Amino acid sequence: MMLNILPQVLVDGLTLGFMYAVVALGYTMVYGILEFINFAHGEIFMVGAFVGTEVLLISDSLGALEGMNPFVALFLTLIIAMVLTGALGVGIERVAYRPLRGAPRLVPLISAIGVSFLLQDLVRFTEALARNEFYLNSPTLFTGSISLGSIATIPTKGLIVIVLAIVMMISLTLFINKTKWGIAMRAVAQDQSTASLMTINVDKVIMLTFLIGSSLGGATGVLFAQNYGTIDPYIGFILGLKAFTAAVLGGIGNLRGAMVGGVLLGLLESLSGAFMGPLTNGAFGAEYKDVFAFSILILVLLFKPEGLFGEAVKEKV
Amino acid sequence: MKKLSHISILSAVLATSVALTGCAGTSNSSGGSNTGGGGQPAQNQPSTSGSGGGAATDGGVIKIATQTPLSGNQSSLGDAIKTGAEYALNQRKEEFKKLGFDIQLFPQDDQADPKIGVSNAEMLISNPDVYGVVGHLNSGVAIPSSVKYEEGKLVMVSPANTAVKLTEEGKKTVHRICARDDAQGPKAAMYAKNTLGVKTAFIIHDKTAYGQGLSDQVKLQFEKDGVQLLGYEGITQGEKDYSAVLNQVSAKNPDIIFFGGLYPEGGILVKQAREKGYKGYFMGGDGLDSSDMIKIAGDAVEGVVFTSVAGDVTQTEEGKKWAEEYKKTTNKPLETYSVYGFDSMNVILNGVMEAIKANGGKKPTREQVLEAVHKTKDFQGQFTKVTFDEKGDNTNADVFIYKYDKDKSTFVGKAE
Amino acid sequence: MANLTWKTFKGIPLALTLVWIAGFAAALHFMDKSVIAFLGILSSIVLIYYTNTSKAIKMVIGAAVLLIVIPLVAGENRYYMEVASQVGIYVAMALGLNIVVGFAGLLDLGYVAFFAAGAYAYAIFSTSQANEFIAGNLFPLSGEWFWPFLIVGLIVAAVFGVLLGLPVLRVKGDYLAIVTLGFGEIIRIIFNNLDKPINITNGPQGITPIPSPELFGIKMGTPFFFYFIVLFVIAFIVLANIRFEHSRLGRAWIAVREDELAAQSMGISLLNTKLAAFATGASFAGVVGVIFAAKQTFIDPTSFTLMESIGILVMVILGGSGSIPGVVLGAAFVTILQVQLLKEFSNFLHSLQQSGIINLPNQLDPSKFQRLIFGIMLILAALYRPNGLIPAKRKKNDLDAIKASDYGKEKLGILGKLSQLASGKQS
Repeated sequence: MMLNILPQVLVDGLTLGFMYAVVALGYTMVYGILEFINFAHGEIFMVGAFVGTEVLLISDSLGALEGMNPFVALFLTLIIAMVLTGALGVGIERVAYRPLRGAPRLVPLISAIGVSFLLQDLVRFTEALARNEFYLNSPTLFTGSISLGSIATIPTKGLIVIVLAIVMMISLTLFINKTKWGIAMRAVAQDQSTASLMTINVDKVIMLTFLIGSSLGGATGVLFAQNYGTIDPYIGFILGLKAFTAAVLGGIGNLRGAMVGGVLLGLLESLSGAFMGPLTNGAFGAEYKDVFAFSILILVLLFKPEGLFGEAVKEKV
Repeated sequence: MKKLSHISILSAVLATSVALTGCAGTSNSSGGSNTGGGGQPAQNQPSTSGSGGGAATDGGVIKIATQTPLSGNQSSLGDAIKTGAEYALNQRKEEFKKLGFDIQLFPQDDQADPKIGVSNAEMLISNPDVYGVVGHLNSGVAIPSSVKYEEGKLVMVSPANTAVKLTEEGKKTVHRICARDDAQGPKAAMYAKNTLGVKTAFIIHDKTAYGQGLSDQVKLQFEKDGVQLLGYEGITQGEKDYSAVLNQVSAKNPDIIFFGGLYPEGGILVKQAREKGYKGYFMGGDGLDSSDMIKIAGDAVEGVVFTSVAGDVTQTEEGKKWAEEYKKTTNKPLETYSVYGFDSMNVILNGVMEAIKANGGKKPTREQVLEAVHKTKDFQGQFTKVTFDEKGDNTNADVFIYKYDKDKSTFVGKAE
Repeated sequence: MANLTWKTFKGIPLALTLVWIAGFAAALHFMDKSVIAFLGILSSIVLIYYTNTSKAIKMVIGAAVLLIVIPLVAGENRYYMEVASQVGIYVAMALGLNIVVGFAGLLDLGYVAFFAAGAYAYAIFSTSQANEFIAGNLFPLSGEWFWPFLIVGLIVAAVFGVLLGLPVLRVKGDYLAIVTLGFGEIIRIIFNNLDKPINITNGPQGITPIPSPELFGIKMGTPFFFYFIVLFVIAFIVLANIRFEHSRLGRAWIAVREDELAAQSMGISLLNTKLAAFATGASFAGVVGVIFAAKQTFIDPTSFTLMESIGILVMVILGGSGSIPGVVLGAAFVTILQVQLLKEFSNFLHSLQQSGIINLPNQLDPSKFQRLIFGIMLILAALYRPNGLIPAKRKKNDLDAIKASDYGKEKLGILGKLSQLASGKQS
């Protein structure tokens, strides 16, 4: 009886999973180059969600959304959010991370946690001042849904999330693999000092990494707000955690791994949330879905310690 | 850093200079300078009307604390309590000034963290000016903190803690004006069975002391009444995607979803449930009672039923005026938690007033205030009627049913 | 530049330290409510650390301040003692995590799980909760059981550490971070859900009332007593830390931290060494968990979130990973900041607002600023003290010591002896 909801569960899992995947890209890019967990990346995602929602709310109150093609509106919102969050990411790197490049490995983590608290409260105060509350509800641009008979219904917004996430991932892959800057990024990821000897400006490449990673995160924030409607300044922490988990699951530092890891994690959560309770007859309910997801992660890492797609680094003496 | 210390030094200098000149009228001048968007805090209101009586507060300072989360993701609820309490206190500043007392709010941020709550509690009981506490939001913070209040004989009136255990441990200082889970839960379940006529139910809770406590009581009653339980699931607070659990719901298609939890999750749940084509009832406890519920759930809010111990204030003319006034002064929408905070504060202030009178106009002891608060009988607050029993529970355990229309909640009636 | 002045800095004259202590003690004695005086007393410990005198004198003065001066002048004020005992609890935990992160270099983001294990061990068996799953109505236990449970907590957490460590420690570096994070979350979620099918932890409703410690019929429920209990445990942990740091195992940890491969080829068993670090760190957290449960009298899973693990990690790194005085300072700094300084600051701002001197809209109420300021402090601390408040000292004289020892005189060199030492003195 439960199996008839399986397609629907898969669709929901994919929507969530693709969002994890794009945010995971940001973690994995920064990690690949700096070997540092950018804890504040989840917060950049959150800022993106707020910027996007504010843009929509303001243009809605100005009447600009009337009669505008929703795709155009979404596109413009995405652009604005990406530019702003990209700039924010670069700014954070400049102020809080770059001075710490020679420092012990874990110190940037402290700075990142600080940035994370700071951003949460800054957004909270700004929103509280401007709108008297910090829960924002995004105007929905897409309301329809595509029905696949009785099997599943895919809301248009969910479909847009998936499509845009795939577009972002493909363009990033192309960028990394085909352009000069992409090659420079890979070079810096492999060996910073050698890359700098090859006349690559390492600082600029790192800036670019933060720019791209952050703007992708910001764009996902917009999509998140569109898909779930309600946002608060604390969404970044939970989602960031999951996305980071996804990045590790796929093999941190590996772009393909982050994408697969994200989608996989979304699916796992959705499946366990929907089926765990009925299958165990209520003994282990949906509240165990995170336990399930983390257990899979641990299992994968035990048998393949470098993640699904990570390359095993051979240590040389 | 440097700037910060400059500011604090500057403000310290300002503080001393004002204290030296002994003038309390500063708030008048700054009251007007506030820009439109920010909203005027309530505390300036009373002092504006009575700036003449600046020197009358020779009886001393009486501080009433609030302890609620003011930062972190539960801060909107905690802030609602604080704002309500603050509003109540400011309304009665004059009254106390006439007796020679300066009453002040002493808001604390417990960060929804038991440790912080306890250390704040220690601070409150070692500050002799503090005479009462309005708090907490979370039972998990209230229970350990109340141990400390008990040791310091500091009266606590809780606006929001519904956990049964809180008042069951025989602490004299603990009081609450809200309903216990075992009062609200069964009545909600009976209403669903008898009035809504549901035969199958799916219970979702947020895995917190409040949400699960309430849901457990509902579940018990459903089992007693023969309502078939199709599922009992927990969700994670703070997430925004509940499709996993809701897919289970849509597979089983129950007559009612009962949600034990608060409106940020409740709003999303009902919205996502309707998007998935769920057609049955959606019901919850007083945690769903908020203007934000409507904003979060959007159109889906229509038809959501919830229980509350708060009688309807907006039915009467007077009540409507009160609500208007509240919104105007605090620049915040009226929340149930604000009203609970408001009523809790008034219960304490009444106690303080009684104690002052009993003490011949002198500053009372905490025990006297505690006694007076404990004796509260038939106090008609703005929403709730308060009579404390031996344990500190509010005996006035009427539970009311509300239902959301498109843009507001309407009073349905008393739950029998 | 700063380094230069640091190097020429010989230490604070003893007289100044003593004057400082006496001054602030007197101030606190006469002005009971002065937070500055209280912080002055607490900071005198740091001063003592930098005082230019012999180690023995420093120890004596430090012990005198902690055991006599503070209880004497601040013991009356419950709030100060509460702050002091919370500081102590975090100092002890940070010292435990320091073994894992600082010495062995294992990034552990699930440390709070061991803390929870200790706390729940005491909570479950000291209340009637244990009757839910153990027949015979043997519980609750009295407060006198607190003392044996310090050991029980230690063992339970150590066993937890080994059990978790066995699978987890196969992964390295940041993978380890996420795996420990995952385990920490799993344990919290399980504690939050173990009210069914068998009620072990009572789920989100938490466990209460946990009895306060009792000794010879005296109930030790006030912060005053906990201050001494915590101090005692810290003394034990610091001692253990120092002993470990210079022991064979401690040197093995540092070797593993610096270079796993090199350590391995020197005959150090990676898994055993790491497991030992994990279990040692965990056991300290377990002991502290028991104290925490007894102090709070109520525990529920909200006390054991990921943020807690991160907070303790922040203390270790901020203070100076691997440096015992640094970690103590870092933990004290962060805890005081969170439970007292920010609080007092916002109360101060609030009183200004009440008297109408500053005027902030309700949305910017000073009591809401605490996390924001904490965030800024973290960034500044990372930027300006990247090696920690008191960085770990590398032992410069290791080589000299070996040369001066008997081994230095051997004609065959020291290698033969060292290997002999390794195989012979295993126990």
